[in-house]
Amino acid sequence: MNDTRAEKLKDIETIIAGLGEQNYIASRQISTAILIAQNLSKPILVEGSAGVGKTELALSTAAYLDLPLIRMQCYEGLDESKALYEWKYGKQLLYTQVLKEQIGDVLQGATTLHDSMARLNDFSDVFFSEQFLEARPLLNALQQKAGAVLLIDEVDKSNEEFEAFLLEILSEFQVTIPEIGTIKADTPPIVFLTSNNTRDMGDALKRRCLHLFIPLPDAKLEERIVAARVPNLDARLRKQLVFFVQQMRELDLKKLPSISETIDWARVMVLLHAEDLDRTLVHETLNVLLKFEEDIRTVEQQSTELIRNAVKGAETGRLAATA
Amino acid sequence: MQQPLEHFIKALRASEVRVSVAEAIEAHEVVAAVGYSDRQLLKDALSITVAKSEEEKERFDETFELYFARTEFRDPLDEGEDGSDENNMPQFGDGEGAPETGNELADLLLEGDRQEMAAQMEQAGQQVGVGNIRFFTQRGFFARRLLDQMGLRELERLIAELNRGGEGQPEDAMEMAAALEQGRSMLLDEARSYVDRQYELYARAAGEQLRAEFLEQTSLANIERRDFDRMSRIVRRMAKKLAARYMRRHRQARRGQLDIRRTLRVNMANDGVPFHTVWKTKKVDRPKIVAICDVSRSVAAAAQFLLLFLYSLNEVIAQLRSFAFSSNLIEVSHTLEHHEVDEAIPLILKDIGFRPTDYGQALRDLKDEFLDTIDRRTTVIMLGDGRSNYSDPEIEIMRQINERSQRVIWLNPEPESFWGTGDSEMNRYRPFCHVAKTVNTIKGLERVIDDLLRSTTRV
Repeated sequence: MNDTRAEKLKDIETIIAGLGEQNYIASRQISTAILIAQNLSKPILVEGSAGVGKTELALSTAAYLDLPLIRMQCYEGLDESKALYEWKYGKQLLYTQVLKEQIGDVLQGATTLHDSMARLNDFSDVFFSEQFLEARPLLNALQQKAGAVLLIDEVDKSNEEFEAFLLEILSEFQVTIPEIGTIKADTPPIVFLTSNNTRDMGDALKRRCLHLFIPLPDAKLEERIVAARVPNLDARLRKQLVFFVQQMRELDLKKLPSISETIDWARVMVLLHAEDLDRTLVHETLNVLLKFEEDIRTVEQQSTELIRNAVKGAETGRLAATA
Repeated sequence: MQQPLEHFIKALRASEVRVSVAEAIEAHEVVAAVGYSDRQLLKDALSITVAKSEEEKERFDETFELYFARTEFRDPLDEGEDGSDENNMPQFGDGEGAPETGNELADLLLEGDRQEMAAQMEQAGQQVGVGNIRFFTQRGFFARRLLDQMGLRELERLIAELNRGGEGQPEDAMEMAAALEQGRSMLLDEARSYVDRQYELYARAAGEQLRAEFLEQTSLANIERRDFDRMSRIVRRMAKKLAARYMRRHRQARRGQLDIRRTLRVNMANDGVPFHTVWKTKKVDRPKIVAICDVSRSVAAAAQFLLLFLYSLNEVIAQLRSFAFSSNLIEVSHTLEHHEVDEAIPLILKDIGFRPTDYGQALRDLKDEFLDTIDRRTTVIMLGDGRSNYSDPEIEIMRQINERSQRVIWLNPEPESFWGTGDSEMNRYRPFCHVAKTVNTIKGLERVIDDLLRSTTRV
């Protein structure tokens, strides 16, 4: 199992091709990161603005490697009982009841206190054992025999204590449960942490991770991504679409549209059976791309020019310099 | 194999990419895994290992290009394709049977083996420690030492001997001398540009740092216009540093209330007997700040920086209301929020800047319109000199602000001995400030704000 994984991740070209099969168009940087992560067994911290495909990268990697994806969404107030493990209290209580009834049998024949203690010690202690352990995502990922892809999503949303608590898992791929001991992963999972940079991650965490920054794509890459994700969109319209979005990224907007918005927009175009970008079409569907009223207004004012440039760009294959 | 990487990491550190020892070790592992053969792969791989933020990645790229761009001696043949430039490089004979001169460097020059020459220069550079260069003015010194290490003196002596001619010298001594002379001047050029590159790599950032430290301690009024850019960078970095340290939410124990759920959870190990108790906590809010900035004529020199500081503070503190005044007071939170720094500051100054000061009017405006922004959790920061042109200072309003707010901090660019002289009302305002301090350097500003944030979070 491990061999196939190593084989699938043996060099950059293989990784790019493999992720391509999952309709994820990876840049060289991205696949280098995965290659190094595999070689050094280190987690990858993925940063970039919302919608550039951080989470998607983990999903595609899992699909490509045919490993289970274990996903943990972070939020403020997330603690270890939700992330790591929890005891099955109910069962533990039942167990003590059962034990109470059976204790007579166990101690039968023991005459002295010393003798009873010896018997009790011989009797295996299962109260704190893995039987009563409810595995949460992190522990679950370590327990997968064949390995797994662990996605710790939006780690910047969690609070700092939780970040500190992740350190042991990220550097050693093990967790320590006080009552049982240390549980170590048989096969280290591939770990992705994603962050939108709402706050700076601590140095300790950054130091343990490889740091991958995914920027907004250039026109060529974006076109390939849209082609992969929305295959039934007409090639000419696709070009126009991409050029239009690329121009928008040059504008001074509150929230720039990222890849996921472009893909959504492309899907809308397919649904509407659109053939060419025009003013009404753009105005009607702009809310797919932009999430702020202000931004929509800014773009609407310039839409004629943007559309003209995009259409021209689609014909010539490159974008004229925008004013 | 290890050497270049170690020097590269040193260069990275010099250009403010923080590389810890552990990361350096990983970098070695990474290089072992990917090798030096594929340049792009090496760059990407090292970039994800050692550069851990967007800015660091930029600096990494720069340093990488600079560091691995070197050791290519210019090939004169590239310049003139028809070979007319050939005499740029001393080529003796057909290069094949270059004569032996008994001097290694001279042989090398005569043979024209650029790669070997580059390698030797590299080696010599390491021996004399060019990487230790710190100042721009040291370049000549290091270039000279580098050349000495490579054996320039011997070469010069040889050239002199050849020129002198005489017995025991080869027949074509003069030609050879001319060729060597040419080689020597090329060597000088290369050495100089080598040292320049090293300076770029290892020292430029350090020099920048020195300059920044100097600026931090210069009085705000004395900072020259040309340093404005640098200054704004320093202030931003400072604001960011402060924010990172204090803007997280703190929790504070609320004594006396048991958190039953967590207590049970913690004590599962003791069969539910509560040996350890867990108390409920409450979150301590981020500091809430109202900043009021004087931009009138009397503080003209400092106003730019006070606003700059206000701008940076606004970027990092969520709950900041900022106001500016000369005589009338306006809220500038919105301007700071929605404009770039180099637009926002002139905009505010154009609106109300550089007019005669009237603290009384400003305080009245504050009272009439914005008094409800100040409550008992608010810290009020006044930035100004307290010179009010002999108008009514409205001490009464100051007292009200003092009572309503958690605390009032007055930062005055004038030294304390000037307070109360002439039209300064500082001594009358002072009783209503929890802290009144002279702040006229960036360093001082940082210290005060640091104190401020620390004490608010502790409340």
